Amino acid sequence: MALDQPKREFRYVGTRPNRPDGVDKVTGRAQYGADMTAPGMLTGAILRSPHPHAKIVSIDTSAAAAIPGVRAVITGADFARPDDNFLRDVQENCMAREKVLYDGHAVAAVAATSAAIAKAALKAIKVTYQALPHVTDVDAAMKPGAPVVQAGRALENVPGGMSDNVTNACEFGHGDLDAGFAKADLVIDRSFKTAATHQGYIEPHACLASVTADGKADLWCCTQGHFFVRTLCSAIMGMEASQLRVTPSEIGGGFGGKTTVFIEPVALALSKMAGRPVKIVMARDEVFRATGPTVSSSMDVRIGMTKDGRITAGEANLRYSGGAFPCGTVDMGAQAAFAAYDLAAVRTYGWNALTNRPKEAAYRAPGAPQAIYAVESVVDELCQKLGLDPLMVRLKNAAKKGTLSSYGPTFNEIGLEATLQAAKAHPHYTAPLGKNQGRGLSCGFWFNFGGNTCVSLNINTDGTVGVTEGNPDIGGSRASISLMAAEELGIPYENIRTIVADTNSLGFNDVTDGSRVTFAVGLATIKAARDAIGKMKARAAKFWGIDEEAVNWVDGAAVPAGPNAGKFPPLSLAEIAAVSPQTGGPIAGHYEVNVDGAGVSFGVHLVDVEVDPETGFTKVLRYTVFQDAGKAVHPDYVEGQMQGGAVQGIGWALNEEYIYGADGRLQNPGFLDYRIPVASDLPKIDTVILEIPNPGHPYGVRGVGETPIVPPLAAIANAVSRAAGVRLTELPMSPPRILAALKG
Amino acid sequence: MKSLHISTTINGDPVEFICDPDEPLLDVLRNRLGLTGAKEGCGTGDCGACSVTLDGRLVCACLVLGAEAQGAEISTIEGMALGDHLHPLQRAFIDGAALQCGICTPGILIAAKALLEKNASPSDEEVRYWLAGNLCRCTGYDKIIAAVQVAAAEMRSA
Repeated sequence: MALDQPKREFRYVGTRPNRPDGVDKVTGRAQYGADMTAPGMLTGAILRSPHPHAKIVSIDTSAAAAIPGVRAVITGADFARPDDNFLRDVQENCMAREKVLYDGHAVAAVAATSAAIAKAALKAIKVTYQALPHVTDVDAAMKPGAPVVQAGRALENVPGGMSDNVTNACEFGHGDLDAGFAKADLVIDRSFKTAATHQGYIEPHACLASVTADGKADLWCCTQGHFFVRTLCSAIMGMEASQLRVTPSEIGGGFGGKTTVFIEPVALALSKMAGRPVKIVMARDEVFRATGPTVSSSMDVRIGMTKDGRITAGEANLRYSGGAFPCGTVDMGAQAAFAAYDLAAVRTYGWNALTNRPKEAAYRAPGAPQAIYAVESVVDELCQKLGLDPLMVRLKNAAKKGTLSSYGPTFNEIGLEATLQAAKAHPHYTAPLGKNQGRGLSCGFWFNFGGNTCVSLNINTDGTVGVTEGNPDIGGSRASISLMAAEELGIPYENIRTIVADTNSLGFNDVTDGSRVTFAVGLATIKAARDAIGKMKARAAKFWGIDEEAVNWVDGAAVPAGPNAGKFPPLSLAEIAAVSPQTGGPIAGHYEVNVDGAGVSFGVHLVDVEVDPETGFTKVLRYTVFQDAGKAVHPDYVEGQMQGGAVQGIGWALNEEYIYGADGRLQNPGFLDYRIPVASDLPKIDTVILEIPNPGHPYGVRGVGETPIVPPLAAIANAVSRAAGVRLTELPMSPPRILAALKG
Repeated sequence: MKSLHISTTINGDPVEFICDPDEPLLDVLRNRLGLTGAKEGCGTGDCGACSVTLDGRLVCACLVLGAEAQGAEISTIEGMALGDHLHPLQRAFIDGAALQCGICTPGILIAAKALLEKNASPSDEEVRYWLAGNLCRCTGYDKIIAAVQVAAAEMRSA
C-alpha cells in the first residue's frame, strides 16, 4: 500500500475537546458489565478449587440441584472438548475437567433465582479431590523431577531432556557474541526475578448471557474485544457465529486482562440449561485467583561495554511462567529486550514453563517490562562502574532509522533519539538530589499492532455524522476517532457521534490491544471518511453537471477543482446530505482492512526516589515521562496513557506481587494485600509528548498505550539502587527486600 | 432470615425498600433500587468505587448494611447534578479529562465533594490523602487531583 507523507497541519486533531461519554460517566449513567439486567434473569456463581493441583475424583451436584430456586448446575463434563489446542485451553481455564491446575480454578457453576440461593447451592456441591504435588516458582518448575503441571505440551522446537513443564522456546539476535564480549572493557552478568502482577482493573469481570430454545444467543459483557469473545464462545459452545450476538458494555479498565474469556462460556452454558438469562459477576478475590495476571520471570543478562560507553555485546536468558497453560509471551520479551540499542552482537533466549498458577493474560506490552527491566538495570550498573552518564550512553547506542533491530526487522522512522534528547534537555535531568536520594532512567519499547478493522461512517440528512466502530473504548478512543473524522470531513467535532457496535453490525474487528485502536480504527475512519467524501463529490458533480474528477473537497464542502471545472458556489456536507434522498439515497463511507505499519514506539522515563535506610521504604519524589506519539490526536488522553502506565509500573516496581504460600494458595487476593498505588503514594507525573510521524498512518499516529508501563521497572530500580548504594535485582522492591539488600 | 422494611431518603427522595438483615447497602442500591452509579470493585472497602454519603458521612456502601439506611439521608452519584446542571466537580472532571474508563469516577466524585464540604481550599497533598481510599487504575491520579482543584477554585469564587 503506497502511502502519502503523513499530514502535519491540523484543525481538529491535536485539540482537547470533551469526550462523548463524559456526562454518562460523571453522573453514574454509563452501563458497565455488572449494570446490565434482563427480565427473568438468574444469578450465576462459580465453585473454585481450593487446591493448587489435584485430580478431580468426582463431583456430586445432586444436593445443589435439589435446592428450590436452583435452575441449572454445570461442570466441565457439560462442555464438549474442542479439538483445537488453543480453544481447549481457553475452555479448560473457564471450567476444569480431569484436574484442577491452580488455586481458584473453576470446577462447577450454578444458576439460581437469587445470589443467596446460588451461594447455598455452591456449598452443597461435593467435589472429591486427590491432591497432587504442585509447583508455583518458574525456576523450580524447570528443574528435572519437578511436579508436572501438564505433560506433552512442549512445542516442537523445545529441546528434549528438559522438564515436561517447559512448553515454549525461542531465540533472537545476530552477530558474534564472543567477539563482542572480547572487545568490552567491562562485562556484567546478573540475574533478576520479577513477581507476577495483575492488571488490577477496578471493574471485575461481568457478563449476562441469554440463550433461547432455538439456539440463538445474546451476550453482554465487559471486554476489550467482543468479536473475539464471539469467536471463542461460539467455538466452545458449538454455535455458529451468526447465532451469537455479543454487545460490549462500557469497560471499567482492561489493560490486556479483558482480551479473553473466563466466565462468558459458563454463563452461556448455564443460560442454555436453565432457559433463562444468567448474569455472572466475579468477586474481587475471583479476579485475582482466576483471571490472567502477568508472567512471573527469572532472567540472566550479560552485557559488555567499552570505557567510552559503547555496548559491544548483549545476551539474555529469559525464563517466564504464564501459569498452568502454554504461553508464548516470552517470545515478545526476548524480542523487546535489546530493542532500544544498535548492537553488532546480541542474542536472547526465552523459555516458558508451566506452573500451578492462573493462565496468564496480556498486561500492557506483555513480556517486555520484565526483560527490559533486566537489560536496563545492567546498562545502568555498567554506566555506574565506568563512571559514565547513563543518558549519554543510551544516546551513543540508540537504535535509529536503518538500525538492524535485535529481533530482526530494520527500523524505519523511530523516535528514540529525539525522546532521549528531550530527556537530556529537561530540567529534571540536572535537578539537585538530596541525601538518600537517587535518579534512575530507562528506555522502553513496544512493537504496536494494527490488525483487522472495519468502520462505517454514516452521513445523516441534517449534516451530522455517525461513526460505527467495533473496538471497546478503554481510554477515550471514541473522542480520538471523532476528531479524526472531523479532520477529514472538515466538520466540527461536536457534529460527530462515534459508537461501539455489536458483533452483528460490522465485520470482524481485532481486540482492543496492541495499542491499536487510535492507530488502526483511526486509519479506517479516515479512509471511510474519504469513501464518503468521494460519494459526496459525485453527488455535487451530478448536481453541477461536471465530471467527478473536477470536484475537490475543501473545508467540509465540495468545490469545483479549478476555473476549467466551472464556477459554482461550494456545496457543504450539510447541503449535499439534505438533498441526498433526491440524488441517489443515503450516503455512507466504509473501510475494511487488516492494517500494517503500526510503527514501533519508544519512551524514556526519569524518576527520583528517596530510600529510608531505617525502614526500607521508597518514596517517589519526581517522575517525568517522555514518549513519541507520532501524532497526539487528543493530547489529554495521550498524557493519560503515559501517566497511567507509569503508575502501574511504579506499583510493579515497589509494591505489587502475587504471593503464593507453601500450600500453593494465593495469599493476597484482595486490594488490601495486593496494594496498587493510591493517590497519596505518588508525585505529579509530568509528561513530554514527542511527535515523530509514523509513515504508516495518514496523520502519523503511533499507538501510545503500552510503552509507558515498560520503563518504570528499571527506572525505579536504577534510582533505588543509586539511592541505596546497592544493586536491587528482584521486584517488587518492597521495604523488607530493600532492608535486606542494605544489610548485605 | 426475616426481611426488613426500611424507610429512608435517597438524593432527597423518600424511598422504601425490603432487604435481608445481612444485605449491604450497595446491593440494595444496585439490585433493588436500580441505582447502579455506585460500583462494586472489591466488596471489602478497599477501592472506594461504591462511595456514598450517609447523613453527610463518606462511607463505602459495601460496608454499610441496607438496614442502617433506616431514617437516614443518603446521597449517591445519581443525585450530584441538579437536573441537567452538572456539579462543578463533574464539569471539571470532563473538562480536565480526569477519567479514562470511568468506573472509579462516581466514587471519586462523591469523595471529592465530601472533602470540599469540609475543606474548601485543600492542598494537593490533602486531596491526595483524602482520595487515598479511592483506587483508580487508569489515570495515575494526576488529572484527578488537578480537576478537584479546578472545581474547588470555582466553588470558592461562586
